[in-house]
Amino acid sequence: MTELLLVLATTAVGGALLSRHLVAVFDESRFRADELHRRVEAPLYRLLGVAPGVPMDWRGYFGALLLFNLLLGALAWLVFMTQAWLPLNPDRVPNLSWDLALHTAVSFMTNTNQQHYSGQAQLSHLSQTFAIVTLQFVTPASGMAAAVAMLRGLRGGFQWAGAPAPQPGRLGHFHVDLVRSLTRVFLPLALLLSLVLVWQGVPATYAPATQVTTLEAAAPQAIPLGPVAPMVAIKQLGTNGGGWYGPNSATPLENPTPLSNALQTMAILLLPVAMAFAAGPLLRRPRVTALIVGVMALTSAGLVALGVHAELQPNAAAVAYTDGPNMEGKEQRFGAVASALWGTLTTQTSNGSVNAMHDSFNPLGGMTALVGMFVNAVWGGVGVGLIGFVVYLLVTVFLAGLMVGRTPELFGRKLDLPTIQGLAVLVVLPPAVILVLSAVALWHPALAGTSNPGFHGIAQVVYEYTSAFANNGSGFEGLGDNTPWWNLSCVLALLLGRYVPIAIPLYIAGRLSAQRGAPETAASLRIDTPLFAATLIGVIALLTLLTFLPALMLGPIGEALALAAAR
Amino acid sequence: MRHEPDSTGTLRPALVATAVSLLMFGLAYPAAVVMVGRAAFPAQARGSLIERDGRAIGSDLVGQRFEGNGYLTGRPSAVGYDPAAVAGSNLAPSHPALREAVAARARAIADREIGAPTRLPVDALTASGAGIDPHISPAYAELQVARIALARGIAPQQVREVIARHTRMPTLGVLGQPRVHVLGVNLALDDSRVHDESPAP
Repeated sequence: MTELLLVLATTAVGGALLSRHLVAVFDESRFRADELHRRVEAPLYRLLGVAPGVPMDWRGYFGALLLFNLLLGALAWLVFMTQAWLPLNPDRVPNLSWDLALHTAVSFMTNTNQQHYSGQAQLSHLSQTFAIVTLQFVTPASGMAAAVAMLRGLRGGFQWAGAPAPQPGRLGHFHVDLVRSLTRVFLPLALLLSLVLVWQGVPATYAPATQVTTLEAAAPQAIPLGPVAPMVAIKQLGTNGGGWYGPNSATPLENPTPLSNALQTMAILLLPVAMAFAAGPLLRRPRVTALIVGVMALTSAGLVALGVHAELQPNAAAVAYTDGPNMEGKEQRFGAVASALWGTLTTQTSNGSVNAMHDSFNPLGGMTALVGMFVNAVWGGVGVGLIGFVVYLLVTVFLAGLMVGRTPELFGRKLDLPTIQGLAVLVVLPPAVILVLSAVALWHPALAGTSNPGFHGIAQVVYEYTSAFANNGSGFEGLGDNTPWWNLSCVLALLLGRYVPIAIPLYIAGRLSAQRGAPETAASLRIDTPLFAATLIGVIALLTLLTFLPALMLGPIGEALALAAAR
Repeated sequence: MRHEPDSTGTLRPALVATAVSLLMFGLAYPAAVVMVGRAAFPAQARGSLIERDGRAIGSDLVGQRFEGNGYLTGRPSAVGYDPAAVAGSNLAPSHPALREAVAARARAIADREIGAPTRLPVDALTASGAGIDPHISPAYAELQVARIALARGIAPQQVREVIARHTRMPTLGVLGQPRVHVLGVNLALDDSRVHDESPAP
């Protein structure tokens, strides 16, 4: 338990400190022509052919983001389908099928990293680095850029230092935000973490799998190696989650020691926490940070407590012979607490890496992971988590406005009809995608491919679509998911779950910033109060339960009750 | 709404950004980490291989399957300790197959070990996450001492000493769990048979 508190406290302090750097990176009034700008960024802007001084409207911003993502995704798709003929393939792995390659490309393009393959056996070093690591950098950077653009919209628009007023409708320049987040945030952090991970034992080589004879010599081993450390660092930092080896950070080669495990756990949470701390200053309303961080931390702590408690209970299948906690699918060097902590954090942040097999979690442990993905803004993915949180906040402002009978407004700007319609789409979309696709798959058992009977089989299906839509990437991995049905239906969920929840908030931010903000008066709704925070938590809980409680009953809650009844 | 005055449109930035990202993050970044990593930590960068007489017999980070009575046995594995096929069982606590597997493991331990207790260490009964867990709990190691000592014709205390040398406690006193490195113990047991009294590496 000391480990848990130590990891969480260190991350909170680290995130708070890092947030000051994020504000300096993204607040346009603090852009400086420093050395990095002169030598790297300015030449890059010229190469890109962009005018960094001209901020984009929401359409231009989202269009640039989408086009850039699609190009890289298409290229990754090609690489996966032709990797057998391309260089850096020392273990001579064959090409992926077109549908698996498509799912993999879209999965990484959407910052999800859901994997229907086993990396160490099915991908070449080129696919793992050139295609995947590239996407693992640019997708969280895209999300971070979108979040910053949205915040600028909420405070009235892009505003250079010294400009008398913000530019209404202008959210910033996508390529500038992208480049700055990559050069100033992701690259330095990933380089540092990679090297620490190599020190701890994560491989960094272009050598093929190494044959070893083993001591008893009955079964020689081929140990798959590669440039694993650089991938693991960015998959943890960028809420990516897709690792080198099939079982992800449960694999000792990917996560060798308790220290590497603690660092990787912190890396899951670091940037989402830092973004939450940075939100207030970026909005030029520092007091809002307390609301955002407070609500997120409270929700997070509740889920962590539930998840850890669940995994400390014995596994029902083993309780007749042992008194230990649930260790099925967990590693001895980590133990149940560190595994459950990772499992809950990775689903609160849209990361999706694992250091234990979620399919073998106790029912309520698996449920905690599911709930984290349903909310998807407990901390949320880098950038997109904050966007999702602001959507909950706007819904709460709307409901609070209804309750007191006033036009709902935020920072002096009215939430007009198109804004409310946009919010309604965002509220209805998750259940529409997750529950409808789950229902179709469960209707046809030949499609579902579940490996567990009963309630848990239902949970496997719901988990897979939830993970795809929430851009998480973790899974109940017993599911037979490399089929055309799973690959293609998940592609749909991945795309809808990524781009709609970025597009609509940017649209809303653009609309709000185009309004002339009225001065905030004593009669305005105050959002930096404990009362509003409690209302916000209530709204998040209510929306989640209303939409997903039936699915939870048929899945983990049903499983837990059945196991309790059987004892 | 006035759009970007950029005459090259929106395609050029996207194309150039794609090319630059691929070169920078897909090629240069991993290559840089490999170069620096191999220079600074050569053994770890190559997979922490363990060599005996010039050939690789295993990795510090990859558990092996041990069946001989003179060896410490690792945790159950869903993939028979094949590092190319790493995976967990992915069986839910409610899955009948998991119940049967655990019962079979408990029976096997009762049959094989000398004086096994009725309540067993949990890591002896459950498959690890990746199927190549290099470690077991000190309790599971202790459970195997009598059988190993009998098979090797040495005193149990000698086995315990080897195990103790290959037992790691939580890092900084708080991170992770106490754990015994199975391959390390077995290598040391074999080494001490060849070179009597020589300390383990």
